[in-house]
Amino acid sequence: MIQRDQLEQYWREARFLMVVVLFVWFLVSYFAAIISNSLNQIVVFGFPLGYYMGAQGSLVVFVLLILFYANKMDSIDEKYGVKEE
Amino acid sequence: MAGDSFVQRLRKIYAIYTGVFLAFVIVLGIAERMGLPHKYIGYAFMFGTIAVYAAIGIISRTGQVAEYYVAGRRVPSVFNGMATAADWMSAASFIGMAGALYLQGYDGLAFIMGWTGGYVLLAVLIAPYLRKFGKYTIPDFLDARYGGKLPRAMGILATMLVSFTYLVAQVTGVGIITSRFLGLPFEVGVFLGLMGILVCSFLGGMRAVTWTQVAQYIVLIIAYMIPVIAISYKHTGVPIPQIMYGQALQTVEQKQNLLKNDPKEVEVREVWKKRSADLEAKIKNLPASWEEGKKALEAKLAALPAGDPERAKVEKALKDYPKTPQEAKEKWTAAKKQADAMAKPPKSYVQPPQKPVDMINFLALTFCLMVGTAGLPHVLMRFYTTPTVREARTSAGWALFFIFLLYFTAPAYAAFARSEVLQNLVGSAFATMPEWVKKWAGVGLVKIDDLNGDGIIQFAEIILHADAIVLATPEIAGLPYVIAGLVAAGGLAAALSTADGLLITISNAIAHDLYYKMINPNLAPSTRVKIGKALLLVVALAGAYVASFKLAIIVELVAWAFSLAAASLFPALVLGVWDKRMNKAGALAGMAVGLALTIYYLIGSRFYGLDWFGIKTIASGIFGIPANFITALIVSRLTPPPSTELQEFVDSVRYPKGAVSAGAEE
Repeated sequence: MIQRDQLEQYWREARFLMVVVLFVWFLVSYFAAIISNSLNQIVVFGFPLGYYMGAQGSLVVFVLLILFYANKMDSIDEKYGVKEE
Repeated sequence: MAGDSFVQRLRKIYAIYTGVFLAFVIVLGIAERMGLPHKYIGYAFMFGTIAVYAAIGIISRTGQVAEYYVAGRRVPSVFNGMATAADWMSAASFIGMAGALYLQGYDGLAFIMGWTGGYVLLAVLIAPYLRKFGKYTIPDFLDARYGGKLPRAMGILATMLVSFTYLVAQVTGVGIITSRFLGLPFEVGVFLGLMGILVCSFLGGMRAVTWTQVAQYIVLIIAYMIPVIAISYKHTGVPIPQIMYGQALQTVEQKQNLLKNDPKEVEVREVWKKRSADLEAKIKNLPASWEEGKKALEAKLAALPAGDPERAKVEKALKDYPKTPQEAKEKWTAAKKQADAMAKPPKSYVQPPQKPVDMINFLALTFCLMVGTAGLPHVLMRFYTTPTVREARTSAGWALFFIFLLYFTAPAYAAFARSEVLQNLVGSAFATMPEWVKKWAGVGLVKIDDLNGDGIIQFAEIILHADAIVLATPEIAGLPYVIAGLVAAGGLAAALSTADGLLITISNAIAHDLYYKMINPNLAPSTRVKIGKALLLVVALAGAYVASFKLAIIVELVAWAFSLAAASLFPALVLGVWDKRMNKAGALAGMAVGLALTIYYLIGSRFYGLDWFGIKTIASGIFGIPANFITALIVSRLTPPPSTELQEFVDSVRYPKGAVSAGAEE
């Protein structure tokens, strides 16, 4: 049996990870949109950076974020012995 | 492990399927070269793909509850990702989104970010926990978490509200695609589409829907990529559109800057200004102006001698003339809005909205779309079908990856199309208009008139419908007709797969949640599946019936679904997992307030001029979402905490391993 306080510790770690992920999520979408005027001053390969973040950049980060989250959760599961067989 | 060989078998089957599909396209391409008429190519694509989906549907038939509702919970994460992607991407994503980007520039990115960023919320906040709960529907979760029939009933209401309009829109999409490519009447197209939808879901429920959705994803992604790769090659010499469209963006900005003060463009804009003023006067003088206009047309028709070629034109104008002063007001207001937009010089394609209120609307819309995505029942349902919690998490990643492939490409479509229009269409003579313009003008997706009578096409004279971008790109790129047929098959796959997901969600909400759980809990499993199937048929027919009216508002209502889902289901689900103190009273009050406020603002701002902080109708959820959360939190703190049993339930959902007290597998 897993101890109650261990489970609470597990949940704290999961919650912290959630906050980190959503912080990055906010940064690349909303924050990037808010400052997109300045970002657009930077042009890479024909792409104004502000437009690029909305059209493609944030999407790439979203995909990576979920993969990162899934991996991280796996190791947390293992650490606390709640990993599925 | 047995699971591995299952995955390997699936991979093999779908690899062969993809190969056969590509061979099918190539064979049709050769047949076209040898003179097969376009009409038959269209038929081959439509009936060929539908026959394959039907075959999968028949192979996957089942009478078992777990198979019917959650595909036996055996869907590996990659395949669930593909199925979710097809489930998610509708005709609007496939055909409409690139067009929205073309028309709106930066503003259109709200859809790109909104419809992908929602998956981060889904993966982190909801999906794994729903899977751990492990039942069949969203109302199931609300019932188990908050206890009692009322939360379930609320879940049913929200599910129906969100999913039904969405379903009608998909059936409409299927009708438009089939009728456009096969040259059949819209109603026949709807009927054909209905058959296509039913063969995928009727016999096998979620199991059949899952495996056809995977097949449909493969068709739609191939169909989406080929034309844009070709146009990238044509414009830049490099067949990687997602990277190369930066050049197109530069061309667009340069050309648009040149057009700003071009005297000919200014001339055309003046014409639009005058039109707008005329329309305004007409709207002001309603209903007298409506009466006058009608009489003028009738007098004109009476004055023309029989057999005059002009007669047909006037007759058509009379037929299209608004039937009532009310209809006239709506039509003329819309026309005035368009004239006003055309009277302005084109705004920058890459700059974000400059006015604060526009920026706020952009952010609010993005937020509503993201939260709504994570609250749509037909997407959430898919996460019940994975074998484990772990796979539910990775499956959200795969789903987003497969969606990403298309959304990552849509901006390229839009940019290349815009650069093509600015570079090659603007400034050319009306007499030498390209074929694609003539073709799509014929079906009304392109409107192009020589407003200032100089014989040259000005940018302000071109009105493109959003759907024209993806549909016309094969011809713009100079590809054979077979690719246009492929694109139609892709659009059809997108609409069918979404319609199937919605259909099964709605019929489950009625058969499982309403009838079995609330009215008659003593049903045998086999009867439950039978009732589910019967309802599938009824809901499909109801959807097709409503679609046959071709109401203009349907497309708009789909956007409403996001705000509704965001303000009703999303908070109840998130709080159910993340706030142990949340109770039945809080969740119910939150959902009621969120839903009521959102509906109030949706209808108020759309029809009665309601305006809070300049927020547009489409972003109505921005008020309902926080209202739901705040109400739920306050009410739950003022009422007793949930029972120990329910709190234990929350624990069991949070940890991947361990029993769920309220949810053993049936």
